[in-house]
Amino acid sequence: MTMVEGVDAGLAVLVLAVAVWTIAAHDTFAAVVGFVTYGLLLALIWVRLEAVDVALTETAIGSGLTGVLLLGAAARLRVTETRAATERPAALARLAAATLSAVVAAALAAAVLSLPDPAPTLAPAVADNAAATGVGNPVTSVLMAFRAMDTLLEKVVLLLAVVGVWSLAPDRLWGGRPGPRHQADPQGMLAFLARLLPPVGIVVGIYIVWVSADHPGGAFQGGTILAAMWLLAMMAGLTDTPPVSRRWLRLVLIAGPAVFLIVGLGGLWLGQAFLAYPEAYAKPLILAIEVPMTLTIAVTLGLLLAGAPERSTER
Amino acid sequence: MSTPTLFGLFGAAAAGLGLYGLIVNPQPLRKILGFNLLGSGAFVFFGVVARRGAAAGFGADPVPQAMVITGIVVAFSATAMAVALLLRLFQATGSATLHVDASPAAGEATSDA
Repeated sequence: MTMVEGVDAGLAVLVLAVAVWTIAAHDTFAAVVGFVTYGLLLALIWVRLEAVDVALTETAIGSGLTGVLLLGAAARLRVTETRAATERPAALARLAAATLSAVVAAALAAAVLSLPDPAPTLAPAVADNAAATGVGNPVTSVLMAFRAMDTLLEKVVLLLAVVGVWSLAPDRLWGGRPGPRHQADPQGMLAFLARLLPPVGIVVGIYIVWVSADHPGGAFQGGTILAAMWLLAMMAGLTDTPPVSRRWLRLVLIAGPAVFLIVGLGGLWLGQAFLAYPEAYAKPLILAIEVPMTLTIAVTLGLLLAGAPERSTER
Repeated sequence: MSTPTLFGLFGAAAAGLGLYGLIVNPQPLRKILGFNLLGSGAFVFFGVVARRGAAAGFGADPVPQAMVITGIVVAFSATAMAVALLLRLFQATGSATLHVDASPAAGEATSDA
């Protein structure tokens, strides 16, 4: 076994051990912390698989945002913890579940070992057509041009998730502010960081969107950083969540998918196909989609974390 | 063993672990955690297929990579929705259990809405 193989094997074992911890830990809070660690280490596996764009996404969304979401929920559900401990299923049921999971894992492992060789790939097709988009990063090319339909629908899924979360508000609080009002010591570390980090974070977020044309990055990864800065300010109590009835908020939420849809319909109107960009304008059009989309993503992610409206606007 | 195969086996194990957690843990939040673990194992498969498809000067096939980025975002949307449902259940009933006997009477459950 070479040095690199040893490091890879060690990494896989380490990440699996953290995964076992997230399942086995007694305390939910501890399990969520394990999950965040798992996500960060998993990003290293993505780097080893030469997928740096995915590594960034995993770190920002899979580990970071999901972690914050679950930590917040675990803290609020802490009182239910002791009672849930009594609901553990019987040993026989656990054995059956373990057997089923082992069979599924073994089937997946067998699938990995029987993958065709040489592997089918679309990389040459992407390379041949990369010039048409004017974008140097092949993953951005696929996301924004070759499979733009997927990305458009994913934006719609995000929007539907926000609508779904909001619709859980009790009737009398409809249109109110999402989540609890956060209070923090105005002289404390959190409030200090919430003043210090956003100027840096906003620049980094915009930079990651901008460089995604030619380097790893993207509207999602950048938008997530912008959302994180907004959430930091909200959690430190420096700003409050906006009431969901605000018109500007709703306009920002639909701006990204709307511009995407208009550009897509433009492609249809100009005679080629839905979401077909005229080659001469491909790069400017992709940028025109990405800028409002980044803003929409940032606000959408922030609102998904804030949750359903819980307070009326009067208070 | 090649790097993609090794991490492919890792993905299979992570998916199996997630499935076990999803079934066995009684708390809904722990089920959401298991579901995310199961999903991440499935995502690693895309990474393995992408790495094996390295060609034309790219370290990995960009198409599965792009699909996985979309997948991670959709998984996050589903998780946010599930957590919001769970918090609403807790708000309405004062408990977060999926156990049928343990839920309070319907009258109590709607008192908050």
